[in-house]
Amino acid sequence: MNLLELKNVTKHYLTGSEVVKALEDVTLEVKYGEFVVIMGPSGSGKSTLLSIIGGLNRPTSGTVVVDGIDIYSLSQEKLADFRREYIGFVFQSFYLIPYLTVLENVMLPLIVTDYTKEQKIAKAKEILERVGLSSKMKRFPDELSGGEQQRVAIARALVNEPLLILADEPTGNLDSLTGIEIMKLFKELNDSGKTIIVVTHNPENAKFADRCVYVKDGKLLGIEVLP
Amino acid sequence: MKLYSISIKNLLRHKLRTFLLLFVLVLAIFTFVVLITISRVVNENFAKQLDEYGANILVTPKSNSLSITYGGMMISSVEYEKNELREDDILKIRTIKNRENISVVSPKLIGIVKVNVGSNSLMKSAIICGVNFESEFKLKKWWKILGRKPSGKDEVVIGSEVARSFNLKIGDVVNIEAQVFKVSGILEETGSQDDLMIFADLRSVQDLLKKHGTITLAEVAALCYNCPVEEIVRQISDVLPNAKVTAIKQLVESRMEVMHRFGKFSFGISGIILLISALIIFTNILASVNERTKEIGILRTIGYKQNHIMRVILTEILVISFVSGLLGYLLGWGVSMIVSPILSGTTNVKVSFDWILFILSIFISLGIGIIAGIYPATKASKIDPIVALRAL
Ligand SMILES: Nc1ncnc2c1ncn2[C@@H]1O[C@H](COP(=O)(O)OP(=O)(O)O)[C@@H](O)[C@H]1O
Ligand SMILES: [Mg+2]
Repeated sequence: MNLLELKNVTKHYLTGSEVVKALEDVTLEVKYGEFVVIMGPSGSGKSTLLSIIGGLNRPTSGTVVVDGIDIYSLSQEKLADFRREYIGFVFQSFYLIPYLTVLENVMLPLIVTDYTKEQKIAKAKEILERVGLSSKMKRFPDELSGGEQQRVAIARALVNEPLLILADEPTGNLDSLTGIEIMKLFKELNDSGKTIIVVTHNPENAKFADRCVYVKDGKLLGIEVLP
Repeated sequence: MKLYSISIKNLLRHKLRTFLLLFVLVLAIFTFVVLITISRVVNENFAKQLDEYGANILVTPKSNSLSITYGGMMISSVEYEKNELREDDILKIRTIKNRENISVVSPKLIGIVKVNVGSNSLMKSAIICGVNFESEFKLKKWWKILGRKPSGKDEVVIGSEVARSFNLKIGDVVNIEAQVFKVSGILEETGSQDDLMIFADLRSVQDLLKKHGTITLAEVAALCYNCPVEEIVRQISDVLPNAKVTAIKQLVESRMEVMHRFGKFSFGISGIILLISALIIFTNILASVNERTKEIGILRTIGYKQNHIMRVILTEILVISFVSGLLGYLLGWGVSMIVSPILSGTTNVKVSFDWILFILSIFISLGIGIIAGIYPATKASKIDPIVALRAL
């Protein structure tokens, strides 16, 4: 059973009079519980692909089905609900909110849900424990190391219990050791059942995944199954 | 954590910016409150003074015959009067549409009488003025009487000139047209025609002059703070077709005009300051939204809707606006209390807490916030997360 099905997805960006063909006729399937790594050179369309999967970026043509929902048939506002309920995003530059504490940053996706105050705090604390940051809940992002900040971002991505985690170069701003720690965390999460897609251009990271997908000039090159 | 927590935490993070916004809006509301309060206090105070200023309307008979002057106005001489004013006519003044504005009506009968002091002194002529003492004293608040006010029909108050020429003292007895009157009080010099007159009860003077039910003129004090004196003059003319009704005290009029202009000026200045503050806030919020593009992009990415973003931005503005309205009013009120006595020249002005102005201040402040903030908030809500996060 597939969690994700991309069919003939094409994305053209219009910049002035120029057309940038970021993705060309991409078809991709990801199963529930799978850990997929997307690799490729800079500018090949990896981020575009990830944002299309995550309901942030309407493709020029093609369909994206997540958990049986044709997401781009949804309205703009419903798409926000979809992102909140189905997707957890992790970025290269963490994108934490600097004036909120670690706990508050993690609670951010819960603010616009119907959980009670106690439930929100309990959920956030539980997730922080899972990523090993219970002791730093009251800190602000700039008081943490890069690896710790990325853990906070992962906690924020997890707190709403999404089906799918999308990470765009999550180790790109970290030293290699810390990067490996983060990849191990993703592996743990995958082992406990989460479906994860990580974009990276570090081949080291590929060994954590079930499958590696290569992108070049907006096209999928073929699918490589890892040992 | 609620949506508004994000707004408040952002305000607390940017303390300087928050302070600037508060400062600008507090200053605007403060200026508005002070100008409005002071112009109102000064106006009210002035209206009270006007009440003490004496008559501003003179009612005399229509006539072309010989005249004497009274209060700088030509009035018809009693001796040759055919078209007399009746005392009863005067009651009609109280029936006009703007009767609420009529504060005092003081009828007068003026005539020349023969006066002597003691049994064998010389008879001399003097001007006598029959008045209703109660109305007359109300009208002429500036009168200072040595001795006391008359308590009966046989008592008179005399002008300082009269006292001098007849060599009269308080308590002395005078014969007016062979009738005995007692001088209960002497007026301190007024510098007006009052110094030359003997003031006696209207009935007594009507008896002396054998002019029952007749008067020479009536002085009217109308409170014209909120209505033009011309309008009252016209209304009195309508009920008294035989009388000539004249507005006096042009000075008062022009001072009133100045006061009204000050009121308009206050509104104008407040309006301009409020407009400028709205522009400053608009620019500031717009800059802040641009600065927070990335942050808003993140919120949109993790599932915030457009209206969530809108609420975050608007809450920030409304918090600032509300606090500014509150502080601006309280500050303006405080300063008005200090400044009003100085500006109005009396110490007994009271600037009380004005609920309406208070609520108005808060509403105006909130209004400015919404006007200044609606575009930036809408712009923030339309931020495309893809564009926002790629910009980095
Ligand atoms: N919002 C955008 N507008 C215009 N061009 C874009 C936009 N996003 C990406 N592109 C272009 O599309 C191509 C693919 O970009 P991207 O998906 O970011 O690649 P990658 O993540 O693999 O580096 C690039 O040429 C890039 O310049
Ligand atoms: Mg990229």
